[in-house]
Amino acid sequence: MTKLNSKTPEGPLAEKWRNYRSNQNLVNPANKRKLDIIVIGTGLAGAAAAASFAELGFNVKVFCIQDSPRRAHSIAAQGGINAAKNYPNDGDSIYRLFYDTIKGGDYRAREANVYRLAEVSNNIIDQCVAQGVPFAREYGGLLDNRSFGGALVSRTFYARGQTGQQLLLGAYGALSKEIEKGSVEMYTRHEMQDIVIIEDRARGIIARNIITGELERHFGHAVVLATGGYGNVFFLSTNAMNSNGSAIFRAYKKGALFGNPCFTQIHPTCIPVHGDYQSKLTLMSESLRNDGRIWVPKNKEDAEKIQKGELKPTEIAEEDRDYYLERRYPAFGNLVPRDVASRAAKERCDAGYGVGPTGLAVYLDFEDAINRLGRDAIEAKYGNLFQMYEKIVDEDPYTTPMMIYPAVHYTMGGLWVDYELQTTITGLFAAGEANFSDHGANRLGASALMQGLSDGYFVIPYTMQNYLADQIGVKRISTDHEAFEKAEKESQERIDRIMAVKGKTSVDTFHKKLGLIVWEYIGMSRNKEGLEKAIGMIREIREEFWKDVKITGDITGMNTELEKGLRVADYIDLAELMAYDALQREESCGGHFREEYQTGEGEALRNDKEFTYVSAWEYKGDGEKPELHKEDLNFEFVEVKQRSYK
Amino acid sequence: MNLTLKIWRQKDAKAKGKFVTYKINDISPDCSFLEMLDILNEQLVEKDEEPVAFDHDCREGICGTCSLYINGRPHGPDEAVTTCQLHMRKFKDGDTIVIEPWRAKPFPVIKDLIVDRYAFDKIIQAGGYISVNTGGVPDANAIPVPKEKADLSMDAASCIGCGACVAACKNASAMLFVSAKVSQLALLPQGKTEAKRRVQKMVAKMDELGFGNCTNTYACEAECPKEISVENIARMNREFLGAKIGGNKKEK
Repeated sequence: MTKLNSKTPEGPLAEKWRNYRSNQNLVNPANKRKLDIIVIGTGLAGAAAAASFAELGFNVKVFCIQDSPRRAHSIAAQGGINAAKNYPNDGDSIYRLFYDTIKGGDYRAREANVYRLAEVSNNIIDQCVAQGVPFAREYGGLLDNRSFGGALVSRTFYARGQTGQQLLLGAYGALSKEIEKGSVEMYTRHEMQDIVIIEDRARGIIARNIITGELERHFGHAVVLATGGYGNVFFLSTNAMNSNGSAIFRAYKKGALFGNPCFTQIHPTCIPVHGDYQSKLTLMSESLRNDGRIWVPKNKEDAEKIQKGELKPTEIAEEDRDYYLERRYPAFGNLVPRDVASRAAKERCDAGYGVGPTGLAVYLDFEDAINRLGRDAIEAKYGNLFQMYEKIVDEDPYTTPMMIYPAVHYTMGGLWVDYELQTTITGLFAAGEANFSDHGANRLGASALMQGLSDGYFVIPYTMQNYLADQIGVKRISTDHEAFEKAEKESQERIDRIMAVKGKTSVDTFHKKLGLIVWEYIGMSRNKEGLEKAIGMIREIREEFWKDVKITGDITGMNTELEKGLRVADYIDLAELMAYDALQREESCGGHFREEYQTGEGEALRNDKEFTYVSAWEYKGDGEKPELHKEDLNFEFVEVKQRSYK
Repeated sequence: MNLTLKIWRQKDAKAKGKFVTYKINDISPDCSFLEMLDILNEQLVEKDEEPVAFDHDCREGICGTCSLYINGRPHGPDEAVTTCQLHMRKFKDGDTIVIEPWRAKPFPVIKDLIVDRYAFDKIIQAGGYISVNTGGVPDANAIPVPKEKADLSMDAASCIGCGACVAACKNASAMLFVSAKVSQLALLPQGKTEAKRRVQKMVAKMDELGFGNCTNTYACEAECPKEISVENIARMNREFLGAKIGGNKKEK
């Protein structure tokens, strides 16, 4: 299919990226000044890319929805960032990081991209240390590492339980440096509404000023979307409240293909849902699984008593506890990858062994670790996480086991991009969680930060030049151009349409309703019947939404209901797309578990013969079924095997 | 729980604001403070009134977006938490809760409880970083950092830039915020090269933007959700003095 050319460079795996860089086109310094790049989003990928472009000499315009670029949701990542430094001398290498990531993604990612990611991982750590990121250190003054799910080596660098914060503040510092120099123009509290396309190339955006409500036109020779994932389609997720999928969905509607939309990650260790007023879920870092042991009662009667509050976990004898991950997966134990751990928790709870008032929780117990290492050692490692837990649940995790349950955390799917991170719209790039690349069907812990910074600092500053090299003759296009006018008009009409509904039901009511359907039928496990049912229900919600949604306030000035309403309108369409994707993939892989396709032991059963491809969906108009394109994945360098953590 | 809320409502930056009283009933003590405001907003939407605008995002105490001056205290009555981590179990049935935006001249109100904190970004832009470009840096382990220094640096780096220190201070001083960044970088060998220049530029920008001076009441430390220590202010003052006495010409 001509539309899906991955542009993977020739040559042996380890030489592809070097070959690419040796042969790519570059832009000379005098010409860089004449070229404008728009970056949407200031998380790790966006801030890193924007700062790097500006350092190279391009003119950069950066947009974020928050009041400051430092608030992007990368900031909430806790556990750490992987790199193949092999500082602990425990047998790590670039190849091993590559292999673990490909295997962890259940062989549904592109080999060349993942190898490049592993290759530049080491540069990221060097870069961040140079920026003053205060990573954890040993007494000798060198960097400390810890282990993370899905790996047999310790390759995770961390800054207490706030690694994302520190890495983001590093990138924000770099961005701030360029803003001060005048090479970056920063637009906060701006939300992208649409991509402007002129002669089949992305040439700018329409943005809404969140404070005034005005629509603005901005030109760029190229546009980068680094707007994160779409986990909030579930309503309840660990994403920030304002994280949304609208920018990538607008791009999809303008012709960018959407890759693997059904690949979403359910993180195993989140604080369980406690009430219907709940607005979001809180993650407890996966690093806790290094020292915490996961269990449920062995006897159903005990579980029932706990649910009713008649029994405490500390009253259950050791022999009456079922450490089900250690039992099922002796080799990896509590450190199995996220998809495996999440499904195992759901299996136990569905079977009636869950704990907590709802029965939808399992224990994460630190008793053994505290006895072995002492309370102080545990406090030094996880103090901030324990405090966070205590504030929310009002229980002391040092003395009573934590309760956890899986929750939506990350979306592997996103805009389809080639090796250069370019979407199927020429001149439109996607970086970080916003694209589909690198993680396949399941992301390993501590790999999101790695990918965001890899894309931002070390990949897109190169590949962007390869694109812009033949754009040096393109003069800045006036925003009076008819394409800008048309795009602005469409954005305005969309806003007018939603304001005009004047219904009776709030945006959040629709969002919650949608979220429950997505969680139930397109969540941790899926089946044909459920997915078909979900499509019908989502269509009903759409119809109801456009008849009955109520947006209070005015079109001008700040209007948070309007912002939310526009995003939920996109979530409804996106949920339907996820269902189509989950329906066509008649296999289980990574985070996508189709109940019809499992082994006798209840493990995911891939179908490599028919489904070793990336699904990439093309928008065909409202109410029309999108068209599926396939990018076949060729595994030239690794042997595709059944993933085993036993 | 049944509660009375007195909330600051202000249409936009130019409008005159006022307190509006709302009654809210049947709130679970396990509900977070912002979820309680979500419930209020759903009720306002139901009645065709405009919901209360407030800043929030991660709702797990790390992004620094949420603010709110609750019963006279930034981030409310609980210790070492942001407003989004505050839970209603810290209040009693029948309580009256007064909710205001941050009050400080450099943080003008945008709408209701939302203020503009871009002044903080401007201070960082003035020099709150190490000026390295992407690439061409030494191996990460080529720069050993004593663990103790790295830990102190990390303590300072935990600042989330929420602005509670400014809101708590009677002078609206930003010293705790600025000193946290100055300290983080001054404690590390990587940050030494431009330490003098950094502290001078950041302090100058802070003054220019209209933040007040420090009179050592330590209200900032007491209200900081991340428990950033005022020792950082002392360290910044030493750095600043050192830069002056060192004869370093003040740079533009």
